[in-house]
Amino acid sequence: MTIKDALRLSFHTVVSYRLRALLILLAMALGVAAVVVLTSLGEGARRFVVGQFSSLGTNLVIVFPGRAETTGGFPGSLIGETPRDLTLDDAASLATIHGVRRYAPLNVGASELSGGGRLREITVLGSTADFFQIRHMSLAQGRFTADSGPNPAEIVLGTALARELFPLGNALGQRVRLGDRRFRVAGILVPQGESMGFNTDEIAIIPVDHAQALFNTQSLFRILIEAENRAAIEPTKAAVRKALTLRHDGEEDVTVITQDAVLATFDRILSALTFAVAGIAAISLAVAGILVMNVMLVAVSQRTSEIGLLKALGATRQDIKRLFLMETLWLSLAGAAAGMALGYAGAMLLRLAYPQLPAYPPHWAGLAAIVTAFVTGIIASLMPASRASKLDPVLALSRK
Amino acid sequence: MMISLSNISRIFIMGDQEVRALNHINLNITAGEYLSVMGPSGSGKSTLLNIIGILDRPTSGTYLLEKRDVTALSEVEQAKVRRERIGFIFQSFHLVPRLTAAENIELPLILEGLSLQERKARVAAVLEETDLTDRASHRPAELSGGQRQRVAIARATILKPAVLLADEPTGNLDHKTGAEVVALLEKLHHGGTTVIVVTHDRELGGRAHRKVQMRDGEIIEDKST
Repeated sequence: MTIKDALRLSFHTVVSYRLRALLILLAMALGVAAVVVLTSLGEGARRFVVGQFSSLGTNLVIVFPGRAETTGGFPGSLIGETPRDLTLDDAASLATIHGVRRYAPLNVGASELSGGGRLREITVLGSTADFFQIRHMSLAQGRFTADSGPNPAEIVLGTALARELFPLGNALGQRVRLGDRRFRVAGILVPQGESMGFNTDEIAIIPVDHAQALFNTQSLFRILIEAENRAAIEPTKAAVRKALTLRHDGEEDVTVITQDAVLATFDRILSALTFAVAGIAAISLAVAGILVMNVMLVAVSQRTSEIGLLKALGATRQDIKRLFLMETLWLSLAGAAAGMALGYAGAMLLRLAYPQLPAYPPHWAGLAAIVTAFVTGIIASLMPASRASKLDPVLALSRK
Repeated sequence: MMISLSNISRIFIMGDQEVRALNHINLNITAGEYLSVMGPSGSGKSTLLNIIGILDRPTSGTYLLEKRDVTALSEVEQAKVRRERIGFIFQSFHLVPRLTAAENIELPLILEGLSLQERKARVAAVLEETDLTDRASHRPAELSGGQRQRVAIARATILKPAVLLADEPTGNLDHKTGAEVVALLEKLHHGGTTVIVVTHDRELGGRAHRKVQMRDGEIIEDKST
């Protein structure tokens, strides 16, 4: 018997037992669809996080005070003190390092903002004008020209904050009070919304020297550095660390990280998560496989006399085994195709329901689902097929 | 000699009991013979037929089919001999219910690996010979008993086997349709095919030119007319 004829004959058999075929197909399809949908959920989460990170800025190198130890963490970051401060002068020294396009010192603190007869507890960032470019933020109105100082007492308000204090939209140029200091509103941010759990519409930004005076500190919270390009990230990181170590009397008491490294970590974690859910979904495929085995065993005993007849007509064991294997091959193929359609439709529904989550199935998911469905089908039919091929023709024929 | 059975025994083990279905059978059949095997139930006539058809193996003895010791062949070679040299006809027809008459007849050709074109041509010719052309696309459930057995005979003979083995071919048929089926078998015999019929039916058995009587696994009478 040729392979082509075996395929044709087994296809004929599959469509002849319509209800049986539909049930197996459904089980297979659900398994495949589960793989596709769950992996697209995982992949969606990964893409979401990666997207959030890139909204923070590109080619970022971040310096913070204190040394990340391999054991015991770095207590300095918890109590806000480190052996040696990371100062504005440290930041300024980075300007000349090769590979640094721009840098921005950063202080962060909470303070009370009053203006227009209202009072708000807000997060205040102290930085320079370059901060806006590094973080991809821009001003809807006004200008912010602060450098490392001394600077005029100017403040940039988040769009939500400006609207709440000055509902008439005349925030620009107004006087506000931050703690016990007075500032002139010099700019208003373009609405950006939330990123990494941090809403830039509800913050205020002041020059870094004023922030240090306000929070009564000499130490910077971070220095953000934008490298010239992606390739320059690692050399810049090394150069920055070296320069700062040199300035701190040879003691390496700062930590320099790249956003890429952080991103890569998240990427790895979420990819692992995607594989894990794919594995869980594959269990449903395994269950489908057991169902296939069950149904094929029933098929063999139902068609015992037919198998006996085929042997009498001169079918070899190989022929009979092949016929039963191909029957499940067809069922798996149809199940995988239906499951793919179902899975991709499910992922599309997910995207419609949660537009923020880019739940596209990863490119390997479809292939993996189909291969798993095939392998499951074949494995599940091996035993029934071999049982069929070994039937004693005399006994098989005597069964009605 | 077409078929040569010497000293053939077939012993079944039922629990701890030995059942001797065939007891040192010797039988020679020449090409073109028309032979009937008769005897009561349990006399071993079906077992004899199964051994001649290589569906069953003798426990001891030698079986030469066209001078070849077929019991020594491999499984694949035995299947090939069954396919090309032996045709089976059963009391209960054994048609595949989901295939049409033409598709049932086509089965041995598919197993033989013939091309689609050649299969179509041969099936059409056989349908014509057995007067089933207008029933070609009917499923077994839509055919009468006589038509079903004719489909089964067409299927058994489409590869021009040397020997046709019929196990109670008229057992499920009424007298008239049974006679039609017998006429078809005898037509094949006249065409040169060796025909071996196993039956209870004295009338059918009596038509054969050589009559073999069996009892308790032994041949008790072998008469030619």
